[in-house]
Amino acid sequence: MATIEIKRAVYEANDARAAAIHEGLRARDIFTVNILGSPGAGKTSLIARLGALIQASPEPRPLAVIEGDVASDLDTRALRALGIEAYQIETGGDCHLNAPMIEGILARMRVPDGAWLFIENIGNLVCPAEFVIGEDLKLVVASAAEGSDKPYKYPAAFARSAACVLTKLDIAAAVGFDEAFFRRGLQGAAPASPLFPVDGRNGAGAPELLAWLGELRRASQSGI
Amino acid sequence: MHEASVVEALVSMLEAEVAKQGGGRVTLVRLVVGEATGYMRESLEFYFGLLSKGTSLEGARLELGLVKSLLHCPACAEDFERLRFSFDCPRCGGPGQMTRVGKEFFVESIDLEEASAKAPAKAGDVAGPGTAGARS
Repeated sequence: MATIEIKRAVYEANDARAAAIHEGLRARDIFTVNILGSPGAGKTSLIARLGALIQASPEPRPLAVIEGDVASDLDTRALRALGIEAYQIETGGDCHLNAPMIEGILARMRVPDGAWLFIENIGNLVCPAEFVIGEDLKLVVASAAEGSDKPYKYPAAFARSAACVLTKLDIAAAVGFDEAFFRRGLQGAAPASPLFPVDGRNGAGAPELLAWLGELRRASQSGI
Repeated sequence: MHEASVVEALVSMLEAEVAKQGGGRVTLVRLVVGEATGYMRESLEFYFGLLSKGTSLEGARLELGLVKSLLHCPACAEDFERLRFSFDCPRCGGPGQMTRVGKEFFVESIDLEEASAKAPAKAGDVAGPGTAGARS
């Protein structure tokens, strides 16, 4: 009988493949955002809003989207209907995306150099937080409809995200959403994480979020 | 449900480690789990039993070292253990902030029964320690 010291993270194999994906994307000036959130938080609507802004900008960068879902391609079809280049990963039950899935789909799609790549993860606040998939950063989307306790209940999803997007604030009163309590929880889980309220219906707040992403993108490029 | 995929990753990582060690049977896995990961002991044990079947980890005991989340209170400049459903500092009531402590998820060590103790079933497994080919 021998005791063998391991001292290795369980995610190590995934992390190594994610690092290789990130390196490949970065070499082609592709900035990748991994979007987390519960089912129905407003992830696809957010991508549609950001996509419209990117397409309407005076010097538009190309945009590609990977949609992760347990089943169906409804979101991909919805984005394509808006003229957004979207590709579907159907996990068939898996509750998160992992690096091998992204490798697989990147081999089948064409992401133009210099693009924004948005990856919508499976609707779930647990596993997607633990897996890196080659992204520059994670964004977590929470909606007022889910309640104000999410940062307390799923701290890892907020802690591992660079920013938090808060949606459906127009119905905050109707669903009893306590924004101050939510902000306090976010502050505890992710002290450095800014909060961006975004209205998925009219797009209010999306320009501020995109400007912030653009700044991070520029900063990461000058950091090479 | 969420634990299934991480246990799958755990089993495949340790299978590779056992192969590297020249084979054998794992009897104990010491896993360190931070509270902030949100993984439940019952689920980890359940999926470990299920997903280790037919591997060198089948029948191994899973020993969980649970780590409570440690928060930092900027006002008191002190760390404190997180109370359930709260980030508040128990001293001043102010908002605490998460630290690295509580986010752990790694294998500390395993106990491995050498392959020679068992029937030498597979020719590839009887090579001396350190000479086994790397399989990934």
